[in-house]
Amino acid sequence: MSRVRIPDCMAEIPDITIEVSHLKKSYGSLHAVNDLSFSVKRGEIIGLLGPNGAGKSTTMRILTGYLPATSGSVRICGLPVASQSQETKRFIGYMPENNPLPEDMRVSEYLWFRGRLKEMPRAKLRSRIDEVLELCDIKRNRHRIIGRLSKGNKQRVGIAEAILAEPAIIIMDEPTIGLDPHQILIVRDLIASLRGRMSVIISSHILPEIEATCDRVLIINSGRIVAQGSPSELRQEIFGHASYRIEFAGDAGALAHHLSTIEPTLKIVAVSEPATDGFQVATLMTDSTSDLGEKLLQGLPIQGYRIRSLGRTQPSLEDVFLAATRRSWDARLPDKKPGQGDDRAPLPKA
Amino acid sequence: MRHYPTILSQEIRALLFSPITYITSVLFLLVMGLDFTAILDYYSKGAHENPPAVYFFESFWIPVFFMVPALTMKSFAEERRMGTLETLLTTPVSTAEVVLGKFSAAYLFYLLLWGSTLIFHYILHVYARDARYLDMGQLIGGYLFIAVSGLLFVSVGVLASALTRSYEVAAILSFTLLFGLIFGLRFLGQASAMNAEILQPLKPTVELLQIFHHVDDFTHGVVDTRQVFFYVTGTVLALIFSVLGVEFKILKS
Repeated sequence: MSRVRIPDCMAEIPDITIEVSHLKKSYGSLHAVNDLSFSVKRGEIIGLLGPNGAGKSTTMRILTGYLPATSGSVRICGLPVASQSQETKRFIGYMPENNPLPEDMRVSEYLWFRGRLKEMPRAKLRSRIDEVLELCDIKRNRHRIIGRLSKGNKQRVGIAEAILAEPAIIIMDEPTIGLDPHQILIVRDLIASLRGRMSVIISSHILPEIEATCDRVLIINSGRIVAQGSPSELRQEIFGHASYRIEFAGDAGALAHHLSTIEPTLKIVAVSEPATDGFQVATLMTDSTSDLGEKLLQGLPIQGYRIRSLGRTQPSLEDVFLAATRRSWDARLPDKKPGQGDDRAPLPKA
Repeated sequence: MRHYPTILSQEIRALLFSPITYITSVLFLLVMGLDFTAILDYYSKGAHENPPAVYFFESFWIPVFFMVPALTMKSFAEERRMGTLETLLTTPVSTAEVVLGKFSAAYLFYLLLWGSTLIFHYILHVYARDARYLDMGQLIGGYLFIAVSGLLFVSVGVLASALTRSYEVAAILSFTLLFGLIFGLRFLGQASAMNAEILQPLKPTVELLQIFHHVDDFTHGVVDTRQVFFYVTGTVLALIFSVLGVEFKILKS
């Protein structure tokens, strides 16, 4: 067996850590992953988002070299996974779905065993175990049996194990599943602390979590990427507009005209009936990307309107996700937005 | 093979921490102790041609049927069911290293348990005060048979475990395979259908695969290289099939 150096110095790691092109995985007639292409830069945190059965876990398993792909190529730090999986596995720390751990081992024993499997030298491993236990805040539990730990602590053991060998890439399949909100926060901070040092891919169908931690989101459905970009880009791409909710008193009929002088694309979507105190609620929509709040607050009182409240409502990532996956489930429309990547399925228009 | 020591020590640890190992050990010593007492009882009733060790090794199959499944059933089935096989195989270890590590650990325990029966012969020697009861040649031959045949039996157990995700199924499967290997071949050799004209060429082969004949040969000091070759190649084949089985199950997962 050839001895390949352990990637302990970051200089060896190329700028693009993961390159996936035209990846396909089929089980008989079922296409779990269908023509997936993306790349991940060093130090980037990527969120794989998709409904159950979208192909997230399958994609991750192919990246780790555990499952072979049907066609397409995956390169980890420049090396092809298909032919050099023994080498590419050295670059990856992987935490599978449901975080399987041996129930009958002690935390420190388990980390020692895993570190040895990952070819860490004994002397370095000892101090590194202390380090990851500290980092994941499980130092108190180091001598406890894994089967007796709480779910949150088990999850931290899984994360500690994934980052143990300081790999260039960390792949975590649903790292926060089944945790309480407090523990989710801790895990999220832990993942965020890896930013810049390691490329992280996490999958989830919990949207706020992805939104809070990830630099870039890939929304996958039926094995295809249906949308990708940062959370704000996705909002812009899928909806292309922002909406405002304004509570005002004044001439509702002339409002549309006054609004267009402030920003030509502002439109009134809905206006409520005036309440007893004369105030009405209007929902406005604009294609403009800049925040119009200040302009509205300054412009409308000049025209004699009284304003009680103004709020900008942004589509949440949840809306983006629903819109993107719904559209990909519907008949895939042949028309594409100009300027989009060819590897993407058509996106819904605003 | 640089991960082999790590996996081996982990597997030995897993066996040491598993209650099944202790239950098996107690059962093994109990069954073999009763067997040995029965043999001595039989001896006290009259003169016999063979020393007790010969009869003792002839009952090798009794512990094999429960000990091998118990020691090997969990090796892959349990890891697959727990999902830890996935974490294990996503480190830079090869499937062959894992199979070999698990096999070696189970085989070491197999040898250790059989080794503990040495004390029976020692006790007999001390109390009988008769050198005829303790023939070193027979003991060496007998334990050599146990060590060589154990390779095949344990590898068959590992193979059964590599083919399924439930250790109950693995245990029954390895019992069935071992039964076929030990008694199936014996029945085949004795079956009258084997006397048919068309099966005559097969007869010598089946004769050579009689494990009960092997025990006899070994305990009488005859070490036939053909027999050793049978066990070693059988072991290698079973281990190769285990590697393929583990990888095939992943493809289908």
